[in-house]
Amino acid sequence: MGLRVDNLTVERGGLAVLEGVSFEVAAGEALFLRGPNGIGKTTLLRCLAGLQPPLAGEVHAAPDSIAYGAHSDGLKATLSVEENLSFWAKVFGQGEIEAALDAFELQPLRRRYAQALSAGQKRRLGLARMLVTGRPIWVLDEPTVSLDVASVGLFADAVRRHLDQGGMAVIATHIDLGFEARELDVSAFRAKPAAVQDEFDEAFL
Amino acid sequence: MIALFWRDMRLAMRAGGGFGLGLSFFLILTVLVPFGVGPQSEILSVIAPGILWVGALLACLLSLDRIFALDFEDGSLDLLATAPIPLEGVVAMKAAAHWVTTGLPLVIAAPVLGVLLHLEGGAVRWLILGLIIGTPALSMIGAFGAGLTVGLKRGGLLMSLLVLPLYVPTLIFGAEVVKRGALGMEVQGVILILSAITLAVWALLPFAAAAALRINLR
Repeated sequence: MGLRVDNLTVERGGLAVLEGVSFEVAAGEALFLRGPNGIGKTTLLRCLAGLQPPLAGEVHAAPDSIAYGAHSDGLKATLSVEENLSFWAKVFGQGEIEAALDAFELQPLRRRYAQALSAGQKRRLGLARMLVTGRPIWVLDEPTVSLDVASVGLFADAVRRHLDQGGMAVIATHIDLGFEARELDVSAFRAKPAAVQDEFDEAFL
Repeated sequence: MIALFWRDMRLAMRAGGGFGLGLSFFLILTVLVPFGVGPQSEILSVIAPGILWVGALLACLLSLDRIFALDFEDGSLDLLATAPIPLEGVVAMKAAAHWVTTGLPLVIAAPVLGVLLHLEGGAVRWLILGLIIGTPALSMIGAFGAGLTVGLKRGGLLMSLLVLPLYVPTLIFGAEVVKRGALGMEVQGVILILSAITLAVWALLPFAAAAALRINLR
């Protein structure tokens, strides 16, 4: 089962930012979300991940099939690379972290504390987390921030392998990741400025 | 879920994890009170149950905002909310880890510090029992307060205001257990009420805290 989004309207601070978003991602397929800063890519992805309910429309996906990768990596500074990753592996009910460590070349760093990692190394660890979730749909928010060219390559390889195994990915990004996939420019769905949903403004609560 | 409990335990023990913060506060308070009140042992032994319980309560309050704030800042909370474990379970595990790192050391230290306050010898076991039963409620109520105020800058003050009234029943009955124990009176009824408070808190508040977290994560 793939991911289907029907006529989705998402809000931020009580105001609709994107409306009428519809797309479909089939098994083995990736979708790049494009659009300028502030257009609502992150809000859309958080909605897909189930962190916030949509104002209208529906997200159709198998339950517990979406793994979300946010701007922040959710790393604990005083835990080692290995401990951080195996924590998430256990949370998602997976035992194995070696493949994920290999995929992002984290083996030499495995005993190092996360606070001693560089920004790019932290990001690689954050992305390695996607591999230990064991979930088919990856929803990633600007995954390549602070990665060097070689690491972007590692990431692209990981996504490609994931797609080959029948996985799916929805990736918000501004750069060229080096593989072919459909693109969706979300600025086409920008909500009309007057689209205040009701009188009750939750932003002031 | 157990993995989350052990992660929180490990984080608390590591540098900057805040383990011992509540304990040191408790220690400082109970050491200073005799200096402030004066050395009359009759007065001290009268106020000892109340001081020990108020100390335990404030020591617990000190570390509450850490329960969710740190995970919120580094993004772990978003990721935990999308993980297969229910958010109610996350709340319960984090409150349990908070109790083991904050409440349990207080339970162990209290009898020793009770000596400084001339607590009656016969009341010590009731102090330990009362704290074991009562402090888990403090951690869970605190987790609820932390869940409500997560994401607010300087939410600690608001959280204290929200949480302190909810702490009052535990404080009253907890101190009452020790007082009655010291006077050799019957304590069973008070202990049952204290247990009922803790059980009700653990049964209901994980759901309330999880609901608050879901709203705050939007």
